[in-house]
Amino acid sequence: MLSSTRPTGRSRRLAAATAGIASLTLALTACGSGSDDGSGSDAESASGEISLTVATFNNFGYTDELLARYEAENPGVTVEHVTAARSEDARTNLTTKLAAGGEGLADIEAIEVDWLPELTQYPDLFTDLSDPELEGRWLDWKVEQATTPDGKLIGYGTDIGPEAICYRADLFEAAGLPSDREEVAELLGGADATWEDYFEVGRQFVESSDSAWFDGATPTYQGMINQVMDAYEDPATGEPKDLASNTVVKDLYDQVVQAAVTDGLSAGLEQWGGDWDAAFQNDGFATMLCPAWMTGPIEERAGGVDGWDVADVFPGGGGNWGGSFLTVPASGAHTEEAKKLAAWLTAPAQQIAAFESAGTFPSQLEAQASEQVQSFTNGFFSDAPVGKIFSARAQAIEGAPFKGPNYFSIHQSVQNALLRVDVTKEQDAEAAWQGALEEFASLGL
Amino acid sequence: MAVLSPTQPAPARGRPPGRAPRRVGFSQRLGRWDVKLSPYLYISPFFVLFAVTGLFPLVYTAFVSVHQWNLLGGQGEFVGLQNYADVLDQPIFWRSLVNTVSIFVLSSVPQVLLAITIAALLDQNLRAATFWRMGVLVPYIVAPVAVSMIFGRMFADQYGLVNGLIGIVGIDPVGWHSDRLASHVAIATIVNYRWTGYNALIFLAAMQAVPRELYEAAVIDGAGRVRQFFSVTVPQIRATIIFVVITSTIGGLQIFDEVRMYDAAGLGGPSKNWMTTVLYLYDVAWGNQKNFGRAAAVAWILFVLIIAIGMINFLLTRRISTSGPSTPKVGRRHTRALLERARAAGSATTTPPAAGPAPGAGAPPSGGARAGAARAGTTPEEDR
Repeated sequence: MLSSTRPTGRSRRLAAATAGIASLTLALTACGSGSDDGSGSDAESASGEISLTVATFNNFGYTDELLARYEAENPGVTVEHVTAARSEDARTNLTTKLAAGGEGLADIEAIEVDWLPELTQYPDLFTDLSDPELEGRWLDWKVEQATTPDGKLIGYGTDIGPEAICYRADLFEAAGLPSDREEVAELLGGADATWEDYFEVGRQFVESSDSAWFDGATPTYQGMINQVMDAYEDPATGEPKDLASNTVVKDLYDQVVQAAVTDGLSAGLEQWGGDWDAAFQNDGFATMLCPAWMTGPIEERAGGVDGWDVADVFPGGGGNWGGSFLTVPASGAHTEEAKKLAAWLTAPAQQIAAFESAGTFPSQLEAQASEQVQSFTNGFFSDAPVGKIFSARAQAIEGAPFKGPNYFSIHQSVQNALLRVDVTKEQDAEAAWQGALEEFASLGL
Repeated sequence: MAVLSPTQPAPARGRPPGRAPRRVGFSQRLGRWDVKLSPYLYISPFFVLFAVTGLFPLVYTAFVSVHQWNLLGGQGEFVGLQNYADVLDQPIFWRSLVNTVSIFVLSSVPQVLLAITIAALLDQNLRAATFWRMGVLVPYIVAPVAVSMIFGRMFADQYGLVNGLIGIVGIDPVGWHSDRLASHVAIATIVNYRWTGYNALIFLAAMQAVPRELYEAAVIDGAGRVRQFFSVTVPQIRATIIFVVITSTIGGLQIFDEVRMYDAAGLGGPSKNWMTTVLYLYDVAWGNQKNFGRAAAVAWILFVLIIAIGMINFLLTRRISTSGPSTPKVGRRHTRALLERARAAGSATTTPPAAGPAPGAGAPPSGGARAGAARAGTTPEEDR
């Protein structure tokens, strides 16, 4: 068709070529969309045995032995565990299959707290998990996060992310600061530490060190905004606030830009990027905000670097970052059994086992108080008693901020502004803020 | 087919004469159907599959694009062309379009030129030719995500390998993730790394099919290597060049893996400096907006755009790779003359042409003309 040597009219040839290109476009486009994992479910055998699939991501700490124990206690049930490498993959998988009517979903789907604003808009897609027997198992705010406005509970809490400060004791010492974890906690302000305390110590530190104080402006801002209960939206109505007149957000923005860029405390890194990974091996920064689950990623990247430690302190009171839930999609074939398994997996005993295996800090009160968690230490962080420290940090958390359907869109526009100032350095603070306002306006809220 | 079908009526001759005419008529008709329809039947599996996996999604996407459609909530109200208007109204869409075209130009143009050069080198008499030929394909078999992750780290701003290397020769570090053009160059490098060898092999296959006599004739005429390349090789592989340019246009306008894996967030950076249109589509559909209606509208706009740019490329490539502007004209005139001559010859020897172009009678002259045209089109020397 494309050789175009046939003695026909020009227009016809053009039409043929158009058709050829169009079909080629289609054929090649069709190749682009691949199908993914077969998280198949409910293979039911003749003897009435059922098979339950649990889909998680990263590392939930649900070992094969743990699941085998459930199979032993519940004859006739086999549990299959599928894991996605990244939570983003799991999220795409979940939302796409929910959109397709639930076909191919696992019986139990793990979700992150950040996905809840959009999922709670469609509570009918999930089984109501509320159970009077389980009342008081979790922290109150953890249960509230997964409760829909009409009182349905769509997820059982697994872990939470109480935040402490992780720091490099060797860099502190080299800069002439105290390096012992109790002294550092005191240095940063102790029980009533403020962000200004944290930044002030940073200014002293960077004067006598080549390293930066913290990794980047965006994670620091993330820690600050997570302490504002109604950051971008009105909790009563769910309506987004106008960003231009949101003085709370603007003040935090100014404060973090002042510390990160003007005072030079930031290493100018974006979390999870290649530079961020490399900075752990290059003494890029001395401290970072550190939710319990962050100890794992730090150890992964900073292997061979001595001196990491955890201080039992967090600026501005307590703070929570992240945490997950187990949900039971309503389309599953065995929702009752799945609910039972989800309740078992999130029971204190199992969550303690998960904590010991993967470092996911339990959201269950009983698990937090348990001997195993309280006495848990982390060898990589100079044998810091992380169980005790993160329990104390969890108690300092006053509640969970309100995050409505537009939270992450608005948050993204502010984060992008900070990245432009701090990481790519293509704009100054005011121009970047104007950019955030434009981005907010284009959301059309 | 054409050979088989006339034999079918033969056995009917032995049958009783009363039924013979009808039988013959039917089987003749069958035979004609066979000739006419069979080829289409044989290629139909592709088109049936294509209708299911290509055409249906296309039409359904058009259906989605005129509705309000949330990823989780599903179909909403009919909104007509509102989604298209919304998309065209978004500055990010236009920014993504500029990025896409910029990355496409930065990748496709050097890619095709480099591939054709490599192919010309591989077409020479080399020792261990298969080794070199396979060697250029190695980047292609590496998973695109892996390539992108590795290159993303190499092009890191602070601790990246590339900035480290150019630092040795005294060049200031380049902001691969902060400067818009630099990020496009980096992403184009990833694309080129992967696709140049692949295209080179396609060109090589076409070059191997060029008759060696043409080169011999060119050498006798005193043409050097470069002249041989431009006057013999390039015109001879014109159809392949068109094919490669169009496929790389389609691929280039749909760049996704490379930009998605280029940084941590995978959404084109804080200023959307390297957000391509496909990435924008992904963000609209699966990002914070979850708006399938708008995403479907983006998909359709992109589809139309790719056809348009593909057409422009098709016309441009035809011009560039024919050796002179007057050649196609001469070729066509020549073709027509050949056709006339063949018709005249046909009408003189065989049955009157007034009976109309019966399939059997019409075929030989047109076939001859086609062969003549093919020769006229591809070897312009003959015309002069």
